[in-house]
Amino acid sequence: MESAVTAKKKWWAGGHSPFNVSYGKLMMWYFLMSDAFTFGAFLIAYGTVRFSSTAWPDPNEVFHSFPFMHGVDWPLVFVSVMTFILIMSSVTMVLAVHAGHHMQKAKVVKWLSWTIVGGIAFLSCQAWEWTHLHEVGAWWGSNPFHNADGSAPMNSNFTDFFFTITGFHGLHVTSGVVLNIIILINVLKGTYEHRGHYEMVEKVGLYWHFVDLVWVFVFTCFYLL
Amino acid sequence: MENTYSQHTEHEQADVSTKHIWKTFWILLGITVVEVALAFLHLETGFPARWVLNGIFIILTLFKAFFIVAEFMHLGHEVKNLILTILLPLLLFIWFIIAFLYDGESWKNMRKDLAPGTPKVEAPVAKPAHGGH
Repeated sequence: MESAVTAKKKWWAGGHSPFNVSYGKLMMWYFLMSDAFTFGAFLIAYGTVRFSSTAWPDPNEVFHSFPFMHGVDWPLVFVSVMTFILIMSSVTMVLAVHAGHHMQKAKVVKWLSWTIVGGIAFLSCQAWEWTHLHEVGAWWGSNPFHNADGSAPMNSNFTDFFFTITGFHGLHVTSGVVLNIIILINVLKGTYEHRGHYEMVEKVGLYWHFVDLVWVFVFTCFYLL
Repeated sequence: MENTYSQHTEHEQADVSTKHIWKTFWILLGITVVEVALAFLHLETGFPARWVLNGIFIILTLFKAFFIVAEFMHLGHEVKNLILTILLPLLLFIWFIIAFLYDGESWKNMRKDLAPGTPKVEAPVAKPAHGGH
């Protein structure tokens, strides 16, 4: 249906937006593209340093703990829970956007609130993980983990990259939660009901999904590979 | 382009669209579960081989990225102009990844070759070329 319309319209002849999205949404896309390059640069730098190292820690040995379960050896389990939380909060965000399209204020409030809860839950998990790693001696400039081949750590490249990249992602989640709260307040005040559309929810939604997208790559690069 | 739906189709679209969202969610969750399951399988049995496993992880990650961008971020349903504007610049990553990882690999090889105790590889001496007859 859409493609049929696209074929007939002269998109660049003036009179309507060639991208068929509002200025604000387009700028959000441009921002996310630049942010993708920032994260990409971080992850590629991490990959380069890892490739240039003769030995590297095994993620299954580093990330094997779970809150309130002392001494367990559960590699990947906790970070899978974190991934699930973030994917789930992405779903609630789409549902909020969806409700916004149909001008259902109560539903937007409900789903946006769940998204904020998901974001805070993810940040809490990350706070626990960082605290735990800090307790076992990991921090910027300090790498207590032996390499996968059993050799002693040569430098702190592993922890430096881990804390920098997950920290930068966590910062994005934090600002996402703050943005979501601001938008939720506006929804409650009836700002968008009055404006006639809930496009602001879509814009913060784009940002929120991007944060989820970055996590997918961080998850693979640090915990799986 | 859901915000351009006319009034009478709105309610029919609502159900279909929500179903679509949950379908995407199950795909994303399913892929993640498969990834973790494969990681455990490798831990327990050593199968599949590390390089095969890493290849599978990267492909599955790209799958997840596709579903998030195309469905959740709705890019798959925008006009082609916008899709290409966003995606084409990202092709630069292909070059970045190849160039930088290759560089890292070559640094590792240099470190190995120059490490203390590494025997120097002597180039085979081509006698006939040197000595006078």
